[in-house]
Amino acid sequence: MDQRVDGHPALRRVGKIALVAIPVAFLAYFFVYPLLSVLATGFTADGRLDFGPIDSVFRRPALLDVAWFTLWQATASTILTVVAALPAAHVLARYEFRGKRFVRAAIVVPFVLPTVVVGSAFLALLGPSGPVGIDLRHTIWAILLAHVFFNYSIVVRTVSTYWERLDPALEEAGAMLGATRFRVFWRVTLPLLRPALASAASLVFLFTFTSFGIILILGGLQYSTLDVEIWRQATGLLDFNVAAALALLQIIGITLILFLYSRYQERRSVEFEHSVAAAAKPMQSRRERLTVLANLLFMLLLLGTPLFVLIDRSFRSANGYTLAAYRNLNERVAGMAAPATTAIWNSARFAVVATLLAVAIGLAAATVIAYRRGWLSRSFDALLMLPLGTSAVTLGFGFLLAFDAPIDLRTSIWIIPIAHSMVAIPFVVRTAVPVMRSVRHRLREAAAMLGAPPNRVWREIDLPLVTRAALIGAGFAFAVSLGEFGATSFLALPSNPTLPTAIFRLLGRPGTESFSSAMALSTILMVATTVTIFAIERSRTEGLGDF
Amino acid sequence: MLQGLRLTVTFGDTYALDAVNLTVHDSEIVAVMGPSGCGKTTLLRSLAGLQNLDIGTVTWNGRNLRNVPPHERGFGFMFQDYALFPHLSVAGNVQFGLRMQDVDWVRREERVAHVLDIVGLAGYQKRLVHELSGGEQQRVALARTLAPSPRLILLDEPIGALDRSLREHLTAEMKAIFSELSVTAIYVTHDRDEAFAIADTVAVMDSGRLIRKGTPQDLWADPRNEFVARMLGFTAIVDAKVLEGAADLGWTRFESALPPGEHRLVIPPHAVTVASDGPNTGTVSGATFRSGEYTVRFRVDDVELTGTSRRRFEIGDDISFHINPDSVLSVES
Repeated sequence: MDQRVDGHPALRRVGKIALVAIPVAFLAYFFVYPLLSVLATGFTADGRLDFGPIDSVFRRPALLDVAWFTLWQATASTILTVVAALPAAHVLARYEFRGKRFVRAAIVVPFVLPTVVVGSAFLALLGPSGPVGIDLRHTIWAILLAHVFFNYSIVVRTVSTYWERLDPALEEAGAMLGATRFRVFWRVTLPLLRPALASAASLVFLFTFTSFGIILILGGLQYSTLDVEIWRQATGLLDFNVAAALALLQIIGITLILFLYSRYQERRSVEFEHSVAAAAKPMQSRRERLTVLANLLFMLLLLGTPLFVLIDRSFRSANGYTLAAYRNLNERVAGMAAPATTAIWNSARFAVVATLLAVAIGLAAATVIAYRRGWLSRSFDALLMLPLGTSAVTLGFGFLLAFDAPIDLRTSIWIIPIAHSMVAIPFVVRTAVPVMRSVRHRLREAAAMLGAPPNRVWREIDLPLVTRAALIGAGFAFAVSLGEFGATSFLALPSNPTLPTAIFRLLGRPGTESFSSAMALSTILMVATTVTIFAIERSRTEGLGDF
Repeated sequence: MLQGLRLTVTFGDTYALDAVNLTVHDSEIVAVMGPSGCGKTTLLRSLAGLQNLDIGTVTWNGRNLRNVPPHERGFGFMFQDYALFPHLSVAGNVQFGLRMQDVDWVRREERVAHVLDIVGLAGYQKRLVHELSGGEQQRVALARTLAPSPRLILLDEPIGALDRSLREHLTAEMKAIFSELSVTAIYVTHDRDEAFAIADTVAVMDSGRLIRKGTPQDLWADPRNEFVARMLGFTAIVDAKVLEGAADLGWTRFESALPPGEHRLVIPPHAVTVASDGPNTGTVSGATFRSGEYTVRFRVDDVELTGTSRRRFEIGDDISFHINPDSVLSVES
């Protein structure tokens, strides 16, 4: 019955084995091995099993403070983000207005920005010469604000999509039973939204729990999360044992969050029947118009200002607007080992290599997951999602520990795109698998009944759909690689920086010249990432909406 | 002419098809009817070559199709869920079969326009499949099946997913299209009205076996088999004892030409006449008003009969009626 690809049976067999073996080998060597190196370092001292490093973490108040800070700043950020995003979710779910599609797409921009760019933007906004006027750098407020900015769209999009499909009749029924508007919201709407709220909140918590770039740039020396501390211990103090012990703590935390998240995801699908009809309606009263307007203004203020200030600063000098910062990119700023153009060139070629790697490995893995059933498919799926549950910092640290002997891969710059591809592979798999599964066997039968021989079926039916999936995956991988900072911060040498590491270095140098350069590079990185993501969004919606 | 001989397919221990013989003449439309799971889809798939046969042969004009793969059989297949290609436009879907035959571009465009016109979707070429309504998707699927002019069209419950009024409309339309193009087709359905509306010949299947085949008129006049009678919608089926030229049902007797002995009898609605002077009485269990008359259901003993009346009855009323012995049918159980 099944007649997918023909060819010599032996060849097909080799192909099938390669599909499984190549991703497994790649992941084993570039993910599992570095991670085991971290574990080994956390549990050994002088080559023997030793709980000393773990123990020392619990004995040192400074490190316990780091763990505590990581936890509470993530909690505070999550609560603030949810509270800030709920009104916008309501407006997008319940009202129809001009430009709504654009608003929906535009609010995602902050989330796809590299964390280094977000950090730069808030430095520009909250710095002494920023429009706010007070210096909020290195305060908890800068960190919380940046986290809200970064994660706002996750809550708005997740909750509003869910809210949209909630039958308004449920809320109306509450009102008809005599409840005030507030009580309707508190007693009816909020409980109904709980699944969406919980899954959005746990994602925000995960992202802020593993926040690295933002804290490193905005927190200064006072504030340190687990990720920041791992980096400091490993690259600054060279205390690998403590860094590994902290990474262990980190992995346990993430595993816990992901476990809770997946439990909510499961429950979410069985909650209750949604209304199919769109519940959004045009604004009717003056009050409704004001609500929508106020929310749009808030979005513009929260999301627009930092980016506007960033761009503005990149064009500004002591005496008015100038292109100097951009013109000077090919010159070496004092204290930097390489001119900024090196970083641009590096980021571009690393992104290309990382994309090729991630798409090749990711598609091979997706093919196995999508077309095979049973344990092989399931365990593959789980294996490939592991990188999602590991912070990029831990991965970078693992690379640092694992690849110094017998071959010192660290000095090869190609280790960077490999690390980037490890971060990007889960995204590629996640976009490709649903598309591949959507090529139902029925479609192949239909093509055969219309006279298509097997190889033609593959070319006409499978290939076009898979190509689209591959392009979307490639776009994600490219954007991820461009902005990757956590792992790269361990691997990029000062003489061979990427855009994010160059920006970070520039921000750490005194003087307006390096600051302007950092702003210019951040603007370039922002534009590149945004363009990539918008290109994906376009090809995603064209014709594929039905799947 | 298509011929299926002793077609047998097993899934594990169950027979999906059990030695089915089926002949379809040129320009004949055969409806295969049966409850879900009776093997009618398996029959269609094995004729198409999408399902391997355990035993049996499929021939076309005497040529054995055993080693002819589906894409070389020249048959069209219309799937229940349409299986439209989501990445292609309406035109892309409809011309797919023509492209496989390497028909040149100009003739392809002409043919697509022509077929879309036939199914009532003229000008839909550029539309995307997922923008269409269920009824429109069904028409695209039909156009795609018709476009390469297959020598036999296999239709697997092609309108089963649509609502009732649309179904009636589309059945009539398909019938017109098929006779206009003098198409040879096998039409699988579980719906009696659909089968009778579209087919020249109706075949009834039960548990993998083909148990009756004939024109709609033949089947209606003489179902012969209790299962077939039930498929046709007859519900009043009773036991009777025939003795000395009369059938005894316990609660009534009437003349009968059947040989003496035990029999299963079908009392169709047209054998029942509601009349105040009728010799039999029953208790009304329900009545619906349709097309100027009441269809009255009433119980006698433990049998529920149906008749028509101009008078209105309430549930629980007594009702008198005759039975016309000539219209009573005898079936095998």
